[in-house]
Amino acid sequence: MIEVRELYKYYGEHRAAGPLSFSIEKGEIVGLLGLNGAGKTTALRVLACDLLPSSGTVMVDGIDVVDQPHEVRRRIGYLPDTPPLYGEMTVHEFLVFAARLRGLSASDADGRARSVEEAAQLEGVRDELISSLSHGFRQRVGIAQAVVHRPRLLILDEPISGLDPVQIVEMRQLLRTLRGEHTIVLSSHILTEISETCDRLLVLGEGRIVAAGTEEELSRDLRGGAQVELSVRTDDAAGAREVLSKVEGVRRVEPLAPRETGPRVVSFRVEAERDVREAACRALVEARLVVLEIVRRKNELESIFLRLTGADGAERGRNSDDRGSAS
Amino acid sequence: MSGALLIARRELRAYLRSPFGYIVAAALLLIDGLLFQAFALGGGARLSADVLHDFFYFASGTTMVASILLSMRLLAEERQTGTLVLLNTAPVPDSSIVIGKFLSAFVFVVLLTALTAYMPLLILVNGKVSLGHIAVGYLGLLLLGAASVAIGLFGSALARSQVLAAIIGAAVLVTMLLLWIVARVTDPPLNTFLAALALHNERQNAFMRGLLRLEDVVYYLAVTYFFLLAATKTLEARRWR
Repeated sequence: MIEVRELYKYYGEHRAAGPLSFSIEKGEIVGLLGLNGAGKTTALRVLACDLLPSSGTVMVDGIDVVDQPHEVRRRIGYLPDTPPLYGEMTVHEFLVFAARLRGLSASDADGRARSVEEAAQLEGVRDELISSLSHGFRQRVGIAQAVVHRPRLLILDEPISGLDPVQIVEMRQLLRTLRGEHTIVLSSHILTEISETCDRLLVLGEGRIVAAGTEEELSRDLRGGAQVELSVRTDDAAGAREVLSKVEGVRRVEPLAPRETGPRVVSFRVEAERDVREAACRALVEARLVVLEIVRRKNELESIFLRLTGADGAERGRNSDDRGSAS
Repeated sequence: MSGALLIARRELRAYLRSPFGYIVAAALLLIDGLLFQAFALGGGARLSADVLHDFFYFASGTTMVASILLSMRLLAEERQTGTLVLLNTAPVPDSSIVIGKFLSAFVFVVLLTALTAYMPLLILVNGKVSLGHIAVGYLGLLLLGAASVAIGLFGSALARSQVLAAIIGAAVLVTMLLLWIVARVTDPPLNTFLAALALHNERQNAFMRGLLRLEDVVYYLAVTYFFLLAATKTLEARRWR
């Protein structure tokens, strides 16, 4: 569906994005993650044919964005970080305008506008001026205009930012309903916002991809395994630790502050190559220890993100900068 | 082309729905009316044709100012509010965006100009002027309006803010107006070239006197085309930045 090869985008001397190479399959939902200034918006604007790449190729459905931008634009729906809305139009007028701008006939445009109003739950404000709408509604009108011409590819720049918790839930539901019909690329600087919605994540740092994969793959790459926390009741903490460290796959056992109150409670954090809850539990029971609690700790998404785009990302970013100025 | 008409229609509706369009219209009509009352009608008995000439002279000034004011927002405002993306990512060529924008402001200028018709009609009823003189004078106003809108639109394509757009547009317009003064202090053959290039002096004078010359019509159409082309190229270049 999308094929990006060695894409660079410069604003004057400043490298905003690149080198970027990735491909996205039909029907996927892919999230672009990165801090502000990481190049997400630039990458999306190039995909959306708003900007042209400085070098490299971007193909959508096998069509080059530089050679045939209009063919690509017909296939794309784009929601920029600020929804492009004309305040003096009503919601319905605006959606009809957006549909006709992308080549739909007058009657098709009206029908499509009505159906996306329904999908985005905008029927109630159909005849209201856009300037009078709240932020959440505007964001929904923004998504509605992006899908009104049934694009194959949907590009959403920070669709969830600035919404309140209720609106976030609604927005996620809306994205889920769009899933079947469209291939979706969306961006965010908050991992938890999009990790639920996306099949795959591309993490950007300083204009290039520093990590890619599913949320689980990213966690595994980073931590290189699973973390288990457990509490046992015993007088012999050292013995319990000994038992745990002999379980197959365990790399390290660290004592923790007791995770619950009560007599003789001892807690540990176990770092292992994989999820070792079953094996650890069996080993402890065989050693006649009472297991009070055993949990697999889900990786803190935010911390992954910080590690990916923080020190590590900056380091690699600098290297690519050197390459950029040398070439 | 349908893209251009779609954009023009939306834009024209924006003029009619915002106070801005009405304020410009009201100011233009007020100033035209005042100038007509004070200068064209004032002071002793005069030939009707001279009064009509004076009316077109004042009206050409207000038309240029109104054209710059109306066109400054066309692209700069969309860039400011972030709606330009909608047009940029639609399967519509940049030339259609520019033509659509131009048409909307030009149609609005035509509407405004039509509203001034009561003044020449007063002269027609009370004095002795030909309908042909009035028609040619209005053709001149509209051609000048088209060229001024195109110049303003070019300024709007260059600028990030509306104020800057108006300043650029006005600067280009005034420079083109003043070329005839430059021509007076320049040696031949450059002076004839500069005088011919001036936006108002010789060109508009013929229309104001009721004289229709093909070269003047072609001149205004060429200026309009040139600045629309420049605006289109500016939009295209911004995608590469």
